[in-house]
Amino acid sequence: MLSIRNLSKTYASGFSALKDVSLDIAPGEIFALLGPNGAGKTTLISIVCGLVRPTGGSATIGGHDILHDYRAARALVGLVPQELTTDAFETVFATVSFSRGLFGKPRDPARIEQILRDLSLWDKKDNKIITLSGGMKRRVLIAKALSHEPRMLFLDEPTAGVDVELRHDMWRVVRGLRDKGVTIILTTHYLEEAEEMADRIGVIQRGELILVEEKRALMQKLGRKHLILELAEPVAAVPPALAAFGLERSEDGTTLTFAYDGGPSRVGDLLRELPAAGVQVRDLKTEESSLEDIFVGLVRGK
Amino acid sequence: MNIHAIAAIYRFEMARTGRTLLQSIVAPVVSTSLYFVVFGSAIGSHMNEIAGVSYGAFIVPGLIMLGLLTQSISNASFGIYFPRFVGTIYELLSAPVSPLETVIAYVGAAATKSTMLALITLATAAFFVDLRIDHPFWMIGFMLLTAITFSLFGFIIGIWADNFEKLQLIPLLIVTPLTFLGGSFYSIDMLPPFWRTVTLFNPVVYLVSGFRWSFFGASDIHVGVSLGMTLAFMLACMAIVFWIFRTGYRLKR
Ligand SMILES: Nc1ncnc2c1ncn2[C@@H]1O[C@H](COP(=O)(O)OP(=O)(O)OP(=O)(O)O)[C@@H](O)[C@H]1O
Ligand SMILES: [Mg+2]
Repeated sequence: MLSIRNLSKTYASGFSALKDVSLDIAPGEIFALLGPNGAGKTTLISIVCGLVRPTGGSATIGGHDILHDYRAARALVGLVPQELTTDAFETVFATVSFSRGLFGKPRDPARIEQILRDLSLWDKKDNKIITLSGGMKRRVLIAKALSHEPRMLFLDEPTAGVDVELRHDMWRVVRGLRDKGVTIILTTHYLEEAEEMADRIGVIQRGELILVEEKRALMQKLGRKHLILELAEPVAAVPPALAAFGLERSEDGTTLTFAYDGGPSRVGDLLRELPAAGVQVRDLKTEESSLEDIFVGLVRGK
Repeated sequence: MNIHAIAAIYRFEMARTGRTLLQSIVAPVVSTSLYFVVFGSAIGSHMNEIAGVSYGAFIVPGLIMLGLLTQSISNASFGIYFPRFVGTIYELLSAPVSPLETVIAYVGAAATKSTMLALITLATAAFFVDLRIDHPFWMIGFMLLTAITFSLFGFIIGIWADNFEKLQLIPLLIVTPLTFLGGSFYSIDMLPPFWRTVTLFNPVVYLVSGFRWSFFGASDIHVGVSLGMTLAFMLACMAIVFWIFRTGYRLKR
Protein backbone atom coordinates (compact mmCIF):
# COMPACT_ATOMS: atom_id res chain seq x y z
CA MET A 1 0.00 0.00 0.00
CA LEU A 2 2.79 2.34 0.97
CA SER A 3 6.31 1.82 -0.22
CA ILE A 4 9.09 4.13 0.89
CA ARG A 5 12.55 3.88 -0.67
CA ASN A 6 15.66 5.57 0.72
CA LEU A 7 13.75 8.67 1.71
CA SER A 8 15.83 11.52 3.11
CA LYS A 9 15.14 15.06 4.12
CA THR A 10 17.60 17.80 4.85
CA TYR A 11 15.81 21.00 5.85
CA ALA A 12 16.89 24.36 4.49
CA SER A 13 18.65 24.94 7.80
CA GLY A 14 20.99 22.10 6.88
CA PHE A 15 19.47 19.82 9.50
CA SER A 16 19.15 16.24 8.37
CA ALA A 17 15.78 15.12 9.75
CA LEU A 18 15.41 11.88 7.81
CA LYS A 19 18.18 9.60 6.69
CA ASP A 20 17.68 6.99 4.03
CA VAL A 21 14.46 5.52 5.36
CA SER A 22 12.90 2.53 3.59
CA LEU A 23 9.63 0.97 4.68
CA ASP A 24 6.80 -1.10 3.23
CA ILE A 25 3.32 -1.10 4.64
CA ALA A 26 0.81 -3.75 3.61
CA PRO A 27 -2.82 -2.94 2.84
CA GLY A 28 -5.06 -3.11 5.89
CA GLU A 29 -2.17 -2.94 8.31
CA ILE A 30 -1.99 -0.74 11.39
CA PHE A 31 1.53 0.54 11.72
CA ALA A 32 2.73 2.50 14.74
CA LEU A 33 5.70 4.78 14.36
CA LEU A 34 7.41 5.40 17.67
CA GLY A 35 10.24 7.71 18.51
CA PRO A 36 11.26 10.49 20.85
CA ASN A 37 10.58 14.17 20.16
CA GLY A 38 12.34 15.36 17.06
CA ALA A 39 13.01 11.87 15.74
CA GLY A 40 11.51 12.63 12.33
CA LYS A 41 8.05 11.05 12.56
CA THR A 42 6.16 14.11 11.43
CA THR A 43 8.74 14.77 8.73
CA LEU A 44 8.23 11.28 7.31
CA ILE A 45 4.47 11.61 7.28
CA SER A 46 4.65 15.12 5.85
CA ILE A 47 6.75 13.96 2.92
CA VAL A 48 4.40 11.14 2.08
CA CYS A 49 1.41 13.48 2.29
CA GLY A 50 2.96 16.21 0.16
CA LEU A 51 3.63 18.89 2.77
CA VAL A 52 7.39 18.59 2.69
CA ARG A 53 9.62 17.96 -0.31
CA PRO A 54 11.99 15.03 0.04
CA THR A 55 15.64 15.72 -0.71
CA GLY A 56 16.26 12.11 -1.66
CA GLY A 57 14.50 8.84 -2.34
CA SER A 58 10.94 8.12 -3.40
CA ALA A 59 7.62 6.80 -2.18
CA THR A 60 4.53 5.29 -3.73
CA ILE A 61 1.02 4.98 -2.38
CA GLY A 62 -1.07 2.21 -3.91
CA GLY A 63 1.55 2.08 -6.65
CA HIS A 64 1.30 5.80 -7.42
CA ASP A 65 4.40 7.90 -7.05
CA ILE A 66 3.84 10.70 -4.53
CA LEU A 67 5.49 13.29 -6.76
CA HIS A 68 4.80 12.31 -10.36
CA ASP A 69 1.36 10.83 -9.82
CA TYR A 70 0.36 12.92 -6.82
CA ARG A 71 -3.28 13.15 -7.75
CA ALA A 72 -3.90 9.42 -7.64
CA ALA A 73 -1.62 8.99 -4.63
CA ARG A 74 -3.14 11.73 -2.50
CA ALA A 75 -6.73 10.78 -3.32
CA LEU A 76 -6.08 7.58 -1.34
CA VAL A 77 -4.82 9.33 1.78
CA GLY A 78 -6.31 11.09 4.78
CA LEU A 79 -4.10 13.03 7.17
CA VAL A 80 -4.75 14.05 10.76
CA PRO A 81 -1.95 16.46 11.59
CA GLN A 82 -0.20 16.63 14.93
CA GLU A 83 -1.12 20.22 15.54
CA LEU A 84 -4.67 21.42 16.00
CA THR A 85 -5.00 23.56 12.92
CA THR A 86 -8.59 24.26 12.06
CA ASP A 87 -10.61 27.04 10.58
CA ALA A 88 -12.32 29.17 13.17
CA PHE A 89 -15.58 30.53 11.87
CA GLU A 90 -16.72 27.65 9.73
CA THR A 91 -19.26 25.23 11.12
CA VAL A 92 -18.25 21.64 11.76
CA PHE A 93 -20.47 20.36 8.98
CA ALA A 94 -19.20 22.91 6.48
CA THR A 95 -15.54 22.25 7.19
CA VAL A 96 -15.93 18.49 6.85
CA SER A 97 -17.89 18.92 3.60
CA PHE A 98 -15.15 21.23 2.37
CA SER A 99 -12.53 18.52 2.91
CA ARG A 100 -14.57 16.03 0.93
CA GLY A 101 -14.79 18.44 -1.97
CA LEU A 102 -11.09 19.21 -1.81
CA PHE A 103 -10.35 15.54 -2.36
CA GLY A 104 -12.50 15.47 -5.46
CA LYS A 105 -15.57 13.73 -4.11
CA PRO A 106 -19.10 14.95 -4.86
CA ARG A 107 -21.22 16.19 -1.98
CA ASP A 108 -22.72 13.48 0.18
CA PRO A 109 -24.46 14.85 3.28
CA ALA A 110 -25.52 11.37 4.40
CA ARG A 111 -21.90 10.21 4.43
CA ILE A 112 -20.79 13.28 6.35
CA GLU A 113 -23.58 12.70 8.86
CA GLN A 114 -22.39 9.13 9.39
CA ILE A 115 -18.81 10.26 9.97
CA LEU A 116 -19.90 12.95 12.42
CA ARG A 117 -22.08 10.50 14.30
CA ASP A 118 -19.24 7.97 14.55
CA LEU A 119 -17.10 10.64 16.15
CA SER A 120 -19.88 11.92 18.46
CA LEU A 121 -19.83 15.25 16.65
CA TRP A 122 -23.31 15.23 15.18
CA ASP A 123 -24.87 17.44 17.85
CA LYS A 124 -22.08 19.95 17.21
CA LYS A 125 -22.51 20.02 13.45
CA ASP A 126 -23.75 23.62 13.33
CA ASN A 127 -21.29 24.94 15.89
CA LYS A 128 -18.47 27.18 14.79
CA ILE A 129 -15.19 25.38 15.25
CA ILE A 130 -13.79 28.16 17.41
CA THR A 131 -16.39 27.33 20.07
CA LEU A 132 -15.24 23.71 20.43
CA SER A 133 -12.87 22.29 23.02
CA GLY A 134 -9.46 20.96 22.04
CA GLY A 135 -10.62 17.35 22.08
CA MET A 136 -13.60 18.21 19.92
CA LYS A 137 -11.35 20.00 17.46
CA ARG A 138 -9.24 16.90 17.19
CA ARG A 139 -12.36 14.92 16.36
CA VAL A 140 -13.14 17.48 13.67
CA LEU A 141 -9.67 16.96 12.18
CA ILE A 142 -10.30 13.23 12.12
CA ALA A 143 -13.71 13.75 10.52
CA LYS A 144 -12.08 15.94 7.87
CA ALA A 145 -9.47 13.29 7.15
CA LEU A 146 -12.16 10.62 6.81
CA SER A 147 -14.55 12.74 4.77
CA HIS A 148 -13.35 11.42 1.42
CA GLU A 149 -13.21 7.77 2.48
CA PRO A 150 -9.42 7.37 2.24
CA ARG A 151 -7.80 3.96 1.83
CA MET A 152 -4.92 5.01 4.03
CA LEU A 153 -5.03 7.19 7.12
CA PHE A 154 -2.15 8.98 8.81
CA LEU A 155 -2.69 9.86 12.45
CA ASP A 156 0.12 12.02 13.78
CA GLU A 157 -0.14 11.71 17.55
CA PRO A 158 -3.90 11.49 17.54
CA THR A 159 -4.13 11.12 21.29
CA ALA A 160 -1.70 13.78 22.47
CA GLY A 161 -3.48 15.82 25.13
CA VAL A 162 -6.67 13.85 24.81
CA ASP A 163 -8.70 12.45 27.67
CA VAL A 164 -9.19 8.75 28.28
CA GLU A 165 -12.69 8.70 26.89
CA LEU A 166 -11.69 10.28 23.61
CA ARG A 167 -8.67 8.05 23.39
CA HIS A 168 -10.87 4.98 23.65
CA ASP A 169 -13.30 6.50 21.15
CA MET A 170 -10.41 7.01 18.82
CA TRP A 171 -9.23 3.45 19.17
CA ARG A 172 -12.74 2.28 18.44
CA VAL A 173 -12.86 4.37 15.29
CA VAL A 174 -9.45 3.11 14.21
CA ARG A 175 -10.52 -0.50 14.69
CA GLY A 176 -13.69 0.19 12.70
CA LEU A 177 -11.56 1.55 9.89
CA ARG A 178 -9.23 -1.40 10.01
CA ASP A 179 -12.24 -3.70 9.68
CA LYS A 180 -13.10 -1.84 6.49
CA GLY A 181 -9.60 -2.51 5.21
CA VAL A 182 -8.19 0.98 5.72
CA THR A 183 -4.44 1.06 6.19
CA ILE A 184 -3.45 3.11 9.23
CA ILE A 185 -0.16 4.69 10.18
CA LEU A 186 -0.02 6.38 13.53
CA THR A 187 2.66 8.00 15.58
CA THR A 188 2.52 8.00 19.32
CA HIS A 189 4.51 8.39 22.47
CA TYR A 190 2.34 5.93 24.36
CA LEU A 191 3.46 2.34 24.37
CA GLU A 192 0.00 1.42 25.55
CA GLU A 193 -1.44 2.83 22.38
CA ALA A 194 0.95 1.05 20.08
CA GLU A 195 0.36 -2.12 22.03
CA GLU A 196 -3.39 -1.73 21.88
CA MET A 197 -3.65 -0.88 18.20
CA ALA A 198 -0.72 -1.78 16.06
CA ASP A 199 0.10 -4.85 14.03
CA ARG A 200 3.62 -3.68 13.47
CA ILE A 201 5.84 -1.13 15.13
CA GLY A 202 8.66 0.95 13.75
CA VAL A 203 11.05 2.90 15.90
CA ILE A 204 12.64 5.99 14.50
CA GLN A 205 15.51 7.78 16.14
CA ARG A 206 17.44 10.82 14.91
CA GLY A 207 16.01 10.38 11.44
CA GLU A 208 16.86 6.71 11.15
CA LEU A 209 14.44 3.83 11.22
CA ILE A 210 16.27 1.67 13.71
CA LEU A 211 13.75 -1.12 14.01
CA VAL A 212 10.63 -2.50 12.35
CA GLU A 213 8.98 -5.49 13.91
CA GLU A 214 5.73 -7.32 14.53
CA LYS A 215 4.21 -5.93 17.68
CA ARG A 216 3.97 -9.26 19.42
CA ALA A 217 7.60 -10.08 18.85
CA LEU A 218 8.69 -6.65 19.95
CA MET A 219 6.68 -6.73 23.13
CA GLN A 220 8.15 -10.07 24.06
CA LYS A 221 11.62 -8.94 23.31
CA LEU A 222 11.53 -5.53 24.85
CA GLY A 223 8.49 -5.06 27.04
CA ARG A 224 9.81 -5.94 30.48
CA LYS A 225 7.17 -6.15 33.18
CA HIS A 226 7.58 -6.11 36.93
CA LEU A 227 5.32 -7.69 39.51
CA ILE A 228 5.82 -5.92 42.82
CA LEU A 229 4.77 -7.73 45.95
CA GLU A 230 4.25 -5.60 49.03
CA LEU A 231 4.75 -7.80 52.03
CA ALA A 232 2.81 -7.82 55.30
CA GLU A 233 6.04 -8.60 57.16
CA PRO A 234 9.49 -7.55 55.95
CA VAL A 235 11.76 -10.41 55.00
CA ALA A 236 15.46 -10.54 55.72
CA ALA A 237 16.22 -12.42 52.50
CA VAL A 238 14.43 -13.91 49.49
CA PRO A 239 12.99 -17.23 50.74
CA PRO A 240 14.99 -20.13 49.24
CA ALA A 241 11.76 -21.75 47.99
CA LEU A 242 11.35 -18.82 45.59
CA ALA A 243 14.95 -18.71 44.42
CA ALA A 244 14.03 -20.02 40.94
CA PHE A 245 12.11 -16.83 40.16
CA GLY A 246 15.05 -14.50 40.57
CA LEU A 247 13.18 -12.13 42.85
CA GLU A 248 14.71 -8.90 43.95
CA ARG A 249 14.36 -7.71 47.56
CA SER A 250 14.08 -4.03 48.41
CA GLU A 251 16.54 -2.50 50.92
CA ASP A 252 14.08 -2.54 53.77
CA GLY A 253 12.78 -5.98 52.87
CA THR A 254 9.15 -4.83 52.50
CA THR A 255 8.82 -5.61 48.79
CA LEU A 256 9.85 -8.33 46.41
CA THR A 257 9.99 -7.67 42.69
CA PHE A 258 9.57 -10.25 39.96
CA ALA A 259 10.78 -9.22 36.51
CA TYR A 260 9.39 -10.98 33.44
CA ASP A 261 8.94 -10.21 29.79
CA GLY A 262 5.91 -9.96 27.58
CA GLY A 263 5.72 -13.62 26.61
CA PRO A 264 4.07 -16.50 28.51
CA SER A 265 5.08 -15.87 32.09
CA ARG A 266 5.43 -17.70 35.34
CA VAL A 267 3.45 -15.16 37.35
CA GLY A 268 0.81 -17.81 38.13
CA ASP A 269 3.42 -20.22 39.42
CA LEU A 270 4.94 -17.56 41.60
CA LEU A 271 1.63 -16.57 43.14
CA ARG A 272 0.80 -20.21 43.90
CA GLU A 273 4.08 -20.80 45.64
CA LEU A 274 4.01 -17.72 47.83
CA PRO A 275 1.95 -19.23 50.70
CA ALA A 276 4.14 -22.33 50.80
CA ALA A 277 7.19 -20.09 51.09
CA GLY A 278 5.58 -18.38 54.05
CA VAL A 279 5.33 -15.00 52.39
CA GLN A 280 2.33 -12.87 53.36
CA VAL A 281 1.38 -10.44 50.61
CA ARG A 282 -0.38 -7.21 51.64
CA ASP A 283 -0.77 -5.83 48.13
CA LEU A 284 0.60 -6.29 44.66
CA LYS A 285 0.99 -4.27 41.53
CA THR A 286 2.55 -4.63 38.12
CA GLU A 287 4.64 -2.13 36.24
CA GLU A 288 5.55 -2.11 32.59
CA SER A 289 8.70 -0.77 31.17
CA SER A 290 7.93 2.57 29.61
CA LEU A 291 8.55 3.45 26.03
CA GLU A 292 11.49 5.52 27.22
CA ASP A 293 13.01 2.41 28.77
CA ILE A 294 12.61 0.65 25.47
CA PHE A 295 14.25 3.49 23.61
CA VAL A 296 17.10 3.55 26.04
CA GLY A 297 17.44 -0.20 25.68
CA LEU A 298 17.39 0.02 21.93
CA VAL A 299 19.85 2.82 21.65
CA ARG A 300 22.25 1.13 24.07
CA GLY A 301 21.91 -2.08 22.11
CA LYS A 302 23.10 -0.32 18.97
CA MET B 1 -9.68 18.58 -13.47
CA ASN B 2 -10.70 18.34 -9.82
CA ILE B 3 -13.90 20.37 -10.23
CA HIS B 4 -15.14 19.48 -6.75
CA ALA B 5 -12.02 20.95 -5.19
CA ILE B 6 -12.33 24.18 -7.17
CA ALA B 7 -15.97 24.44 -6.12
CA ALA B 8 -15.14 23.70 -2.48
CA ILE B 9 -12.42 26.37 -2.25
CA TYR B 10 -14.51 28.88 -4.19
CA ARG B 11 -17.49 28.30 -1.92
CA PHE B 12 -15.30 28.52 1.17
CA GLU B 13 -13.87 31.85 0.06
CA MET B 14 -17.26 33.24 -0.88
CA ALA B 15 -18.63 32.16 2.51
CA ARG B 16 -15.83 34.11 4.12
CA THR B 17 -16.98 37.13 2.14
CA GLY B 18 -20.57 36.39 3.08
CA ARG B 19 -19.75 36.63 6.77
CA THR B 20 -18.65 40.21 6.28
CA LEU B 21 -21.29 41.03 3.69
CA LEU B 22 -22.56 44.19 5.31
CA GLN B 23 -19.09 45.61 5.65
CA SER B 24 -18.29 44.53 2.09
CA ILE B 25 -21.21 46.49 0.70
CA VAL B 26 -21.26 49.44 3.04
CA ALA B 27 -17.57 50.27 2.72
CA PRO B 28 -17.53 50.96 -1.04
CA VAL B 29 -20.85 52.81 -0.91
CA VAL B 30 -19.61 55.10 1.83
CA SER B 31 -16.19 55.73 0.31
CA THR B 32 -17.61 56.33 -3.16
CA SER B 33 -20.10 58.79 -1.75
CA LEU B 34 -17.32 60.63 0.05
CA TYR B 35 -15.26 60.87 -3.11
CA PHE B 36 -18.21 62.38 -4.92
CA VAL B 37 -18.89 64.87 -2.21
CA VAL B 38 -15.28 66.00 -2.18
CA PHE B 39 -14.08 65.56 -5.77
CA GLY B 40 -17.36 65.52 -7.65
CA SER B 41 -19.20 68.39 -6.01
CA ALA B 42 -16.82 70.52 -3.95
CA ILE B 43 -13.81 70.47 -6.29
CA GLY B 44 -15.46 69.26 -9.47
CA SER B 45 -17.75 72.27 -9.66
CA HIS B 46 -14.66 74.42 -10.20
CA MET B 47 -13.16 72.12 -12.82
CA ASN B 48 -13.59 72.30 -16.56
CA GLU B 49 -14.99 69.46 -18.54
CA ILE B 50 -12.34 67.03 -19.71
CA ALA B 51 -12.79 65.93 -23.32
CA GLY B 52 -16.44 66.85 -23.12
CA VAL B 53 -17.08 64.89 -19.93
CA SER B 54 -17.97 66.55 -16.63
CA TYR B 55 -15.30 66.15 -13.97
CA GLY B 56 -17.69 64.18 -11.75
CA ALA B 57 -18.28 61.62 -14.47
CA PHE B 58 -14.62 61.68 -15.53
CA ILE B 59 -13.41 60.34 -12.20
CA VAL B 60 -15.88 57.43 -12.09
CA PRO B 61 -13.78 54.91 -14.07
CA GLY B 62 -10.67 55.78 -12.05
CA LEU B 63 -12.57 55.44 -8.81
CA ILE B 64 -13.89 52.04 -9.77
CA MET B 65 -10.40 50.94 -10.82
CA LEU B 66 -9.00 52.12 -7.51
CA GLY B 67 -11.45 49.94 -5.61
CA LEU B 68 -11.08 47.04 -8.00
CA LEU B 69 -7.30 46.99 -7.64
CA THR B 70 -7.12 47.29 -3.89
CA GLN B 71 -9.96 44.84 -3.30
CA SER B 72 -8.59 42.24 -5.71
CA ILE B 73 -5.19 42.38 -4.08
CA SER B 74 -6.41 42.34 -0.51
CA ASN B 75 -8.97 39.56 -1.06
CA ALA B 76 -6.60 37.28 -2.91
CA SER B 77 -3.58 37.92 -0.71
CA PHE B 78 -5.55 37.37 2.48
CA GLY B 79 -7.31 34.31 1.06
CA ILE B 80 -4.07 32.39 0.57
CA TYR B 81 -2.01 34.00 3.34
CA PHE B 82 -4.43 33.19 6.13
CA PRO B 83 -4.38 29.39 5.75
CA ARG B 84 -0.58 29.59 5.62
CA PHE B 85 -0.61 31.67 8.78
CA VAL B 86 -2.90 29.41 10.83
CA GLY B 87 -1.60 26.18 9.28
CA THR B 88 -4.78 24.96 7.60
CA ILE B 89 -2.85 25.07 4.32
CA TYR B 90 -1.75 21.52 5.20
CA GLU B 91 -5.04 20.24 3.89
CA LEU B 92 -4.70 21.92 0.52
CA LEU B 93 -1.13 20.67 0.17
CA SER B 94 -2.15 17.11 0.98
CA ALA B 95 -5.14 17.14 -1.38
CA PRO B 96 -5.16 15.95 -4.99
CA VAL B 97 -5.44 19.52 -6.23
CA SER B 98 -3.21 20.88 -8.98
CA PRO B 99 -1.63 24.35 -8.87
CA LEU B 100 -3.88 25.46 -11.71
CA GLU B 101 -6.99 24.39 -9.79
CA THR B 102 -5.77 26.16 -6.67
CA VAL B 103 -5.21 29.38 -8.58
CA ILE B 104 -8.53 29.19 -10.42
CA ALA B 105 -10.39 28.76 -7.13
CA TYR B 106 -8.63 31.41 -5.03
CA VAL B 107 -8.19 33.96 -7.78
CA GLY B 108 -11.69 33.29 -9.11
CA ALA B 109 -13.24 33.94 -5.70
CA ALA B 110 -11.20 37.09 -5.10
CA ALA B 111 -12.01 38.41 -8.57
CA THR B 112 -15.70 37.67 -8.11
CA LYS B 113 -15.83 39.64 -4.90
CA SER B 114 -13.91 42.63 -6.20
CA THR B 115 -16.03 42.71 -9.37
CA MET B 116 -19.17 42.73 -7.25
CA LEU B 117 -17.78 45.63 -5.28
CA ALA B 118 -16.89 47.45 -8.49
CA LEU B 119 -20.45 47.09 -9.69
CA ILE B 120 -21.73 48.44 -6.36
CA THR B 121 -19.38 51.40 -6.72
CA LEU B 122 -20.65 51.97 -10.25
CA ALA B 123 -24.26 51.89 -9.06
CA THR B 124 -23.46 54.34 -6.25
CA ALA B 125 -21.70 56.67 -8.68
CA ALA B 126 -24.76 56.64 -10.94
CA PHE B 127 -26.66 58.32 -8.08
CA PHE B 128 -24.33 61.30 -8.14
CA VAL B 129 -23.58 61.89 -11.81
CA ASP B 130 -25.03 61.25 -15.22
CA LEU B 131 -23.06 58.36 -16.59
CA ARG B 132 -22.86 57.08 -20.06
CA ILE B 133 -21.21 53.82 -20.98
CA ASP B 134 -20.35 53.72 -24.67
CA HIS B 135 -18.90 50.21 -24.71
CA PRO B 136 -20.56 48.15 -21.94
CA PHE B 137 -19.01 44.86 -23.05
CA TRP B 138 -15.53 46.33 -23.04
CA MET B 139 -16.31 47.93 -19.71
CA ILE B 140 -17.15 44.54 -18.20
CA GLY B 141 -14.21 43.04 -20.05
CA PHE B 142 -11.71 45.50 -18.59
CA MET B 143 -13.28 45.06 -15.19
CA LEU B 144 -12.90 41.28 -15.25
CA LEU B 145 -9.44 41.39 -16.75
CA THR B 146 -8.26 43.81 -14.08
CA ALA B 147 -9.94 41.84 -11.30
CA ILE B 148 -8.28 38.61 -12.43
CA THR B 149 -4.88 40.19 -13.02
CA PHE B 150 -4.71 41.89 -9.65
CA SER B 151 -6.14 38.92 -7.84
CA LEU B 152 -3.24 36.96 -9.32
CA PHE B 153 -0.94 39.70 -8.11
CA GLY B 154 -2.54 39.53 -4.66
CA PHE B 155 -2.15 35.75 -4.65
CA ILE B 156 1.57 36.20 -5.23
CA ILE B 157 1.80 38.69 -2.37
CA GLY B 158 -0.13 36.32 -0.11
CA ILE B 159 2.43 33.60 -0.81
CA TRP B 160 5.45 35.86 -0.56
CA ALA B 161 4.41 37.55 2.69
CA ASP B 162 5.55 35.87 5.87
CA ASN B 163 3.91 38.29 8.25
CA PHE B 164 0.89 40.56 8.27
CA GLU B 165 3.02 43.64 7.84
CA LYS B 166 4.38 42.48 4.51
CA LEU B 167 0.86 41.59 3.48
CA GLN B 168 -0.09 45.27 3.80
CA LEU B 169 3.20 46.65 2.62
CA ILE B 170 2.95 46.31 -1.15
CA PRO B 171 -0.65 47.49 -1.43
CA LEU B 172 0.18 50.45 0.78
CA LEU B 173 3.56 51.46 -0.59
CA ILE B 174 3.20 50.61 -4.23
CA VAL B 175 -0.34 50.02 -5.36
CA THR B 176 -2.10 52.96 -3.71
CA PRO B 177 0.45 55.54 -4.95
CA LEU B 178 0.40 54.03 -8.43
CA THR B 179 -3.37 54.25 -8.58
CA PHE B 180 -3.50 57.81 -7.33
CA LEU B 181 -0.79 58.80 -9.80
CA GLY B 182 -2.34 56.67 -12.51
CA GLY B 183 -4.70 59.27 -13.87
CA SER B 184 -7.68 58.29 -11.76
CA PHE B 185 -8.52 61.87 -10.96
CA TYR B 186 -6.95 63.71 -13.89
CA SER B 187 -6.12 63.27 -17.53
CA ILE B 188 -2.42 62.66 -18.06
CA ASP B 189 -2.63 65.30 -20.79
CA MET B 190 -2.87 67.79 -17.93
CA LEU B 191 0.69 66.94 -16.87
CA PRO B 192 3.88 68.62 -18.06
CA PRO B 193 5.61 66.55 -20.79
CA PHE B 194 8.32 65.18 -18.48
CA TRP B 195 5.87 63.82 -15.96
CA ARG B 196 3.65 62.50 -18.70
CA THR B 197 6.56 60.34 -19.87
CA VAL B 198 7.25 59.15 -16.33
CA THR B 199 3.61 58.27 -15.93
CA LEU B 200 3.78 55.93 -18.90
CA PHE B 201 5.85 53.55 -16.75
CA ASN B 202 2.92 53.22 -14.40
CA PRO B 203 0.87 50.16 -15.41
CA VAL B 204 -2.22 51.57 -13.71
CA VAL B 205 -2.34 54.38 -16.27
CA TYR B 206 -3.13 51.84 -18.97
CA LEU B 207 -5.87 50.20 -16.92
CA VAL B 208 -7.58 53.45 -16.06
CA SER B 209 -7.22 54.80 -19.56
CA GLY B 210 -8.63 51.71 -21.22
CA PHE B 211 -11.44 51.52 -18.71
CA ARG B 212 -12.28 55.18 -19.22
CA TRP B 213 -12.40 54.63 -22.97
CA SER B 214 -15.11 51.99 -22.44
CA PHE B 215 -17.22 54.67 -20.75
CA PHE B 216 -16.64 57.77 -22.83
CA GLY B 217 -15.11 56.49 -26.04
CA ALA B 218 -12.05 58.72 -25.57
CA SER B 219 -8.80 58.10 -23.72
CA ASP B 220 -5.27 59.34 -23.10
CA ILE B 221 -3.76 56.22 -24.56
CA HIS B 222 -4.95 54.09 -27.43
CA VAL B 223 -7.24 51.37 -26.13
CA GLY B 224 -5.29 48.64 -27.91
CA VAL B 225 -2.16 49.64 -26.00
CA SER B 226 -4.14 49.58 -22.74
CA LEU B 227 -5.44 46.13 -23.45
CA GLY B 228 -2.00 44.89 -24.45
CA MET B 229 -0.36 46.20 -21.30
CA THR B 230 -3.04 44.72 -19.06
CA LEU B 231 -2.67 41.33 -20.73
CA ALA B 232 1.10 41.55 -20.45
CA PHE B 233 0.86 42.19 -16.72
CA MET B 234 -1.54 39.28 -16.36
CA LEU B 235 0.85 36.96 -18.19
CA ALA B 236 3.72 38.12 -15.97
CA CYS B 237 1.69 37.32 -12.85
CA MET B 238 0.76 33.92 -14.26
CA ALA B 239 4.40 33.15 -14.95
CA ILE B 240 5.34 33.99 -11.37
CA VAL B 241 2.52 31.85 -9.98
CA PHE B 242 3.64 28.98 -12.17
CA TRP B 243 7.19 29.36 -10.87
CA ILE B 244 5.94 29.42 -7.26
CA PHE B 245 4.21 26.10 -7.62
CA ARG B 246 6.99 24.51 -9.57
CA THR B 247 9.53 25.29 -6.87
CA GLY B 248 7.18 24.98 -3.91
CA TYR B 249 8.33 28.48 -2.93
CA ARG B 250 7.08 29.36 0.57
CA LEU B 251 4.43 26.65 0.41
CA LYS B 252 6.46 23.56 1.14
CA ARG B 253 9.47 23.05 3.31
N1 LIG C 1 11.02 23.37 8.89
C1 LIG C 1 12.04 22.86 9.55
N2 LIG C 1 13.26 23.39 9.43
C2 LIG C 1 14.31 22.87 10.08
N3 LIG C 1 14.24 21.82 10.90
C3 LIG C 1 13.06 21.23 11.06
C4 LIG C 1 11.89 21.72 10.40
N4 LIG C 1 10.85 20.93 10.75
C5 LIG C 1 11.34 20.02 11.60
N5 LIG C 1 12.66 20.17 11.79
C6 LIG C 1 13.54 19.36 12.63
O1 LIG C 1 13.49 18.04 12.16
C7 LIG C 1 13.53 17.12 13.25
C8 LIG C 1 12.39 16.15 13.13
O2 LIG C 1 11.17 16.83 13.38
P1 LIG C 1 9.79 16.08 13.38
O3 LIG C 1 8.74 17.08 13.55
O4 LIG C 1 9.72 15.20 12.18
O5 LIG C 1 9.92 15.18 14.70
P2 LIG C 1 8.84 14.24 15.37
O6 LIG C 1 9.42 12.88 15.40
O7 LIG C 1 7.53 14.39 14.72
O8 LIG C 1 8.81 14.84 16.84
P3 LIG C 1 7.60 14.99 17.88
O9 LIG C 1 7.47 13.72 18.59
O10 LIG C 1 8.07 16.08 18.78
O11 LIG C 1 6.39 15.37 17.10
C9 LIG C 1 13.50 17.98 14.51
O12 LIG C 1 14.80 18.04 15.03
C10 LIG C 1 13.06 19.33 14.05
O13 LIG C 1 13.65 20.33 14.82
MG1 LIG D 1 5.74 15.06 15.29
